[in-house]
Amino acid sequence: MKQEYTITVYTENQVGLLNRIAIMFSRRKINIESLNTSPSEIEGIHRFTIVVNETEDVVRKVVRQIEKQIDVLKAYFNTNDEIVWQELALYKVPTEEIAEKAKVERLLREHGARAVVIRRDFTIFETSGHREETDKLIEVLGPFGLIEFVRSARVAIIKHSSGFHEKLKEFEEAAPRGTTPEASPAGSREGVFSM
Amino acid sequence: MSAQTTTKPAAKPSAQAVDSPLPRTLTGSEAVCEALVAEGVTTIFGYPGGAIMPIYDALYGYGDRLEHILVRHEQGGIHAAQGYARTSGRTGVVFATSGPGATNLVTGLADAMIDSTPVVCITGQVFAHLLGTDAFQETDVINITTPVTKWNYQVTDATELPSVLAKAFYIAGSGRPGPVLIDITKNAQLQSFEYAGYTPCRHIRSYRPKPVVRMPYVEEAAALINAAERPFVIFGQGVILGRAEAEFKAFLDKSGIPAAWTILGLSALPTDHPLNVGMLGMHGNYGPNLLTNECDVLIAVGMRFDDRVTGRLDKYAKQAKVVHLDIDPAEIDKNVKATVPVWGDCKETLPLLTTLVQPRRHDAWVKRFHDCMVQETDAVIREELNPTGDVLTMGEVIRELNECSGGDAVIVTDVGQHQMVACRYARFNDSKSNVTSGGLGTMGFALPAAIGAKYGAPGRQVVAIIGDGGFQMTLQELGTIMQFGVDVKILILNNNFLGMVRQWQQLFHDRRYSSVDIESPDFVALARAYRIEGACVSERKDLSEAVRRMMSHQGPYLLEVMVGKENNVFPMVPQGCGVAEIRLR
Repeated sequence: MKQEYTITVYTENQVGLLNRIAIMFSRRKINIESLNTSPSEIEGIHRFTIVVNETEDVVRKVVRQIEKQIDVLKAYFNTNDEIVWQELALYKVPTEEIAEKAKVERLLREHGARAVVIRRDFTIFETSGHREETDKLIEVLGPFGLIEFVRSARVAIIKHSSGFHEKLKEFEEAAPRGTTPEASPAGSREGVFSM
Repeated sequence: MSAQTTTKPAAKPSAQAVDSPLPRTLTGSEAVCEALVAEGVTTIFGYPGGAIMPIYDALYGYGDRLEHILVRHEQGGIHAAQGYARTSGRTGVVFATSGPGATNLVTGLADAMIDSTPVVCITGQVFAHLLGTDAFQETDVINITTPVTKWNYQVTDATELPSVLAKAFYIAGSGRPGPVLIDITKNAQLQSFEYAGYTPCRHIRSYRPKPVVRMPYVEEAAALINAAERPFVIFGQGVILGRAEAEFKAFLDKSGIPAAWTILGLSALPTDHPLNVGMLGMHGNYGPNLLTNECDVLIAVGMRFDDRVTGRLDKYAKQAKVVHLDIDPAEIDKNVKATVPVWGDCKETLPLLTTLVQPRRHDAWVKRFHDCMVQETDAVIREELNPTGDVLTMGEVIRELNECSGGDAVIVTDVGQHQMVACRYARFNDSKSNVTSGGLGTMGFALPAAIGAKYGAPGRQVVAIIGDGGFQMTLQELGTIMQFGVDVKILILNNNFLGMVRQWQQLFHDRRYSSVDIESPDFVALARAYRIEGACVSERKDLSEAVRRMMSHQGPYLLEVMVGKENNVFPMVPQGCGVAEIRLR
């Protein structure tokens, strides 16, 4: 059964790696729903957050193929209930409309939004949350002449992850130990495929 | 092998300064040559061009240590490097220029990638300040080659070169080997820098070539094997790449388990080993395919369950518990779900397993394979090897070759019917003796690969077996053979057809022979034009003598054998069928 999976990839910060990871999906004709790259908790280590809609079997195979790329340290995949995730959205509306017709304060309160810029000609609101929440605000602001909308990629934290510091120490040793417990929850056998 | 190297002038002053204390000033190009020397490289296959000229200029000064084989096309260069890697067990090295030089490598990179062949390609690139400007012979080589390389990297600053090349050789040759491409901009080749020496790479934190062996899984695997009534080993190139031939043989000898090979595993176990029961897959032997679906424990060693081996997956070994030994975790469960995954280098895991398995014999079970072989001999093999009809068969040519080589030759094959026949019937005494394009199925592979194979194993007889179609894809490499006097024997099995495609058209497309009727030039005259001796035979009475003459000839030789036009390769597992649905005719 296909469902949303969030893939977290710890990598070196290397030119061309984005392409190397992206083609792991495109070669199987899998659409990337969302892709974010950012620094991680460790300096010099990058973190990709990728969302795809696929079956667990396919996701597991793709994740293993990603993980064997030379500049990739580790890749995890999780279902939505195993992660805490957010997306950020910006909305640009005409100030005149919004000030006259909307109960702006209530609107902001109800949607956890805040005004980032207020100008005479337009106002920009910002909110973050799950897809439904940011979508809801589009609906609400629509009648007031939404001029522009943009939403960021998903960023996610794996609930039971203890971070990458310990894992990295192990990677930096010339001889692997393979003793650090796995953060990946996907099946008891996953341990066999850890470094 | 070449007279050319001995006539080269002495090294230029900068390259002569090898013994001077470090640091010293080198150009990026000289640092490339230093890296190759430090890695023990002696042979480079390549083709010069504008963007790699500084490296070729430096190479001129390293002629006493680095022999450069000038091929006739970059594709030939990389296939030669692959052949070199496959017979020597070392990393092959290729030079090519930017743009078309680099794009001509792509087929070879894809081939090396899917067949896990260690190759380092060095490509020239336009000056860094021209990148992205559509400069002359500029191509985005890194992005073109990303899907077909284990690793690739563009160098724009010469100071990076020593460490990047060290990484390149480490990555190409370790773990599951593969091709690496290093793209070097011209400014970096020309740039002088303080060279602090070359340090080989032994560790990259984001790369674990050899995983930790998990003993519990080895124990589970041993328990399964010990409890098995009908265990069956299938093995691939992992045994050869892991240099684990002796460990593998020890495992078989103790466990008494019959073993069959994939096309790339061929020659890892001698043909005449009593437990070698033959070839797997679409044109493999009858028993190994049929009994895959009767074994109770299937032990896969260093192989990846390619679709040409498994046939239809949902009809493949469903009754069996599967033990999968592989160094690449991405291969475990990829196609066939493993009951027990033994992730690791088989050089380490096989001895652990051998210690734990009980000494056994499976005589009745092994006899099933022998019985199948009798059936196959009656239906296919006898007539193929000793035909009663007038036309020559590919099989009888291979039989003659076996009688002449005694199984000691390196056999390089192209792709198609002749490849299947050669792999089915050629005899091998030693490992690293079968060089073929297995995963990618690259027609045109054999001739250049044979050149490299000879450089990789100069003391051995190298025979390239090629069809009339594949030969015409890369025949320009006859020029390389001529210029360097490469002692390869070229055996063309000519059926005046693109035979494998024709066979499929006959069997599955109602004999609609669409574009498979291929005309050939006079191959012997062509060889003569390249000053290579040759002969053509079309009658049985001349065959034996012709093969003997070829094999005893000093230097390169081309023998064309006219074989039956519409012969088919059997047995066959038709596409979309299970392995047990193998057809004997």
